[in-house]
Amino acid sequence: MNEEVKLLKGNEAIALAAIRYGVDGYFGYPITPQSEILETLEAEMPWETTGMVVLQAESEVAAINMVYGGAASGKAVMTSSSSPGISLKQEGISYLAASELPALIVNVMRGGPGLGTIHPSQADYFQATKGGGHGDYHLIVLAPKTVQEMADFVYLGFDLAFKYRTPAMILADGIVGQMMEKVVLPPARPRRTKEQIAEQCPWAVTGKPSSRKQNVVTSLELDTAKMEENNNRFQRTYSLIEQNEQRYEEYLTQDADYLFVAFGSMARICQKVIDDMRTQGIKVGLVRPITLWPFPTEVFDRLSQQVKGMLVVELNAGQMIEDVKLASQCRVPVHHYGRLGGIVPNLKEISEAFFNSFPDAKK
Amino acid sequence: MAKILGAVTVNKERCKGCDLCVVACPKDVLQLQPKEVNNRGYHFAFMKNPKACIGCAACATVCPDGCIEVYRVKVND
Amino acid sequence: MNINDIIKPENLVYAKPRLLNDNHMHYCPGCSHGVVHKLIAEVIEEMGLEDKAIGIAPVGCAVFAYNYIDIDWIEAAHGRAPAVATGAKRLNPENLVFSYQGDGDLSAIGTCETIHAANRGENIAMIFINNGIYGMTGGQMAPTTLEGMKTSTTPYGRRADLNGYPLAISPLLAQLDGTCYVTRQAVHTPVAVRKAKAAIRQAFENSMNGLGTSLVEIVSTCNSGWKMTPAQSNKWMEENMFKKYPLGDIKNTVK
Repeated sequence: MNEEVKLLKGNEAIALAAIRYGVDGYFGYPITPQSEILETLEAEMPWETTGMVVLQAESEVAAINMVYGGAASGKAVMTSSSSPGISLKQEGISYLAASELPALIVNVMRGGPGLGTIHPSQADYFQATKGGGHGDYHLIVLAPKTVQEMADFVYLGFDLAFKYRTPAMILADGIVGQMMEKVVLPPARPRRTKEQIAEQCPWAVTGKPSSRKQNVVTSLELDTAKMEENNNRFQRTYSLIEQNEQRYEEYLTQDADYLFVAFGSMARICQKVIDDMRTQGIKVGLVRPITLWPFPTEVFDRLSQQVKGMLVVELNAGQMIEDVKLASQCRVPVHHYGRLGGIVPNLKEISEAFFNSFPDAKK
Repeated sequence: MAKILGAVTVNKERCKGCDLCVVACPKDVLQLQPKEVNNRGYHFAFMKNPKACIGCAACATVCPDGCIEVYRVKVND
Repeated sequence: MNINDIIKPENLVYAKPRLLNDNHMHYCPGCSHGVVHKLIAEVIEEMGLEDKAIGIAPVGCAVFAYNYIDIDWIEAAHGRAPAVATGAKRLNPENLVFSYQGDGDLSAIGTCETIHAANRGENIAMIFINNGIYGMTGGQMAPTTLEGMKTSTTPYGRRADLNGYPLAISPLLAQLDGTCYVTRQAVHTPVAVRKAKAAIRQAFENSMNGLGTSLVEIVSTCNSGWKMTPAQSNKWMEENMFKKYPLGDIKNTVK
């Protein structure tokens, strides 16, 4: 299978990309607005073609632990859910991180807290980037803004997860999950063979041949000195990821006096706002963090020495703004505009918020 | 007439002196050391009455720590 | 005949299995875990499944099972072993995948995962150690704690009106179409140990033959938690535990 062009929902794109990537297993549980991922996989029946396992688990908790069991055997395994379900998965995610297992978790965010709403939100930014479960760990967090990126980030997420032996997350929102766009599905890869897994993942639990010592996947270590060393090893990995994997997109920043900062679907709306404001002669640009962790600090360090202010637009009460302030070292005023409860702001609201924050920009 | 003779060895450092082998033995062969202890402080099991052993392995079967090895021979009188 | 003439390699009739390694087990003296570990090691060795076996360790006293049985292991979160086993077995159908769980793990926090894995008929074996108490955390009440039984959280004895009733989960699992073999065994006498071993072997064979979920409950003692000697514990288990948890096959669709 070479590249294939299709009109797809974001959630469908994730499912089809997973099959094409050569994912070994998907374990999920229905929750709006991401159920099409599981539904599409069940309809595609990849077990008949690539041999990929698809299973509807009894709960999000069970699904993430199935991922843990599969990932421990060196397989490429994933799950998906939406905010309340991702909260349930946090125990398993902490275990995956602590056991240094590659895996992909998709969160198509909805409004919270609690049962919240089925409408789009970006309120799980803290949960995704700051840990989420217990203990000192990070996930690699990718924020797609297009259906194309929903597909592409399945590949990128798994590649990074295996490269660094750590779970990765696609942090999408209900808009990107539900909207339809043209997608070029990436070329298909065969699933890895048993021999390839044994070679790439010598730590994998596959049954112990006489040629090696037993493999044990565990996060338990009661010897405090060893436990500290384990943690130091995790931190070294995170430092490496921070050095190598910061990703972002800049839009019209070269001459910008002011900056919009937004991720996922909000970046699309901000881009349109910028286009309109540019016609009025206002020099505004956009930085869209693609990796929310590692946060792309370098671009904010640079642009905070150029612009007069930044407006962070999020579907939450102000989460990514904290990282923007840290990365720009508070050199310029950084303001926030957010809508809550599943409401998506329109162009006018965002541009009003901008001028309220930066009245001098009108001149 | 053929006769079965048995004997056991106890890995005394592995033994925790739980007494379950002593209870399981049908021939009253084993006992815990009344005074002596191993490096972990356990009164380990030993054959106080080796002649009675028939090598039935009851002791080793119930031993939770796998410290007993059983030997058996058939001899003709 | 001299004893040294008997203790010779050619006369050896019983030794611990090779897969039970030489690490000193952390279990209390007389703990049933040790016997069950030994049986699992023996069965895997006898079936020649060393290079196929994947054990799922629980949270509880047996959390360190991987330190003693020399096969590949995955350490699961508390209660999640059947889900972890599901993932491992679905993606590695040619492997022997078994979970090893205590009563708190399997029948309290992990009840949901246990029932649904069994209901799906996952081709896994679950080894279930039921000693009616939480051992590792210091002897608290388990779902399987008997009425009247004293634990650190039922210091005056379990009362049904306060704490609910003891949970017999094996008969519950036997009702599910996904289970092919549900049995209750013990390891307190040589005869019981041999039966328990045969049960574990059948469960592992069922798993390899893809016949569905097998559950081997081992009614066990926790002499530290029960505050008795190991021998007293065995006696107490026979007199009390076996009434609520009688031994024998509960379901066997294979034979």
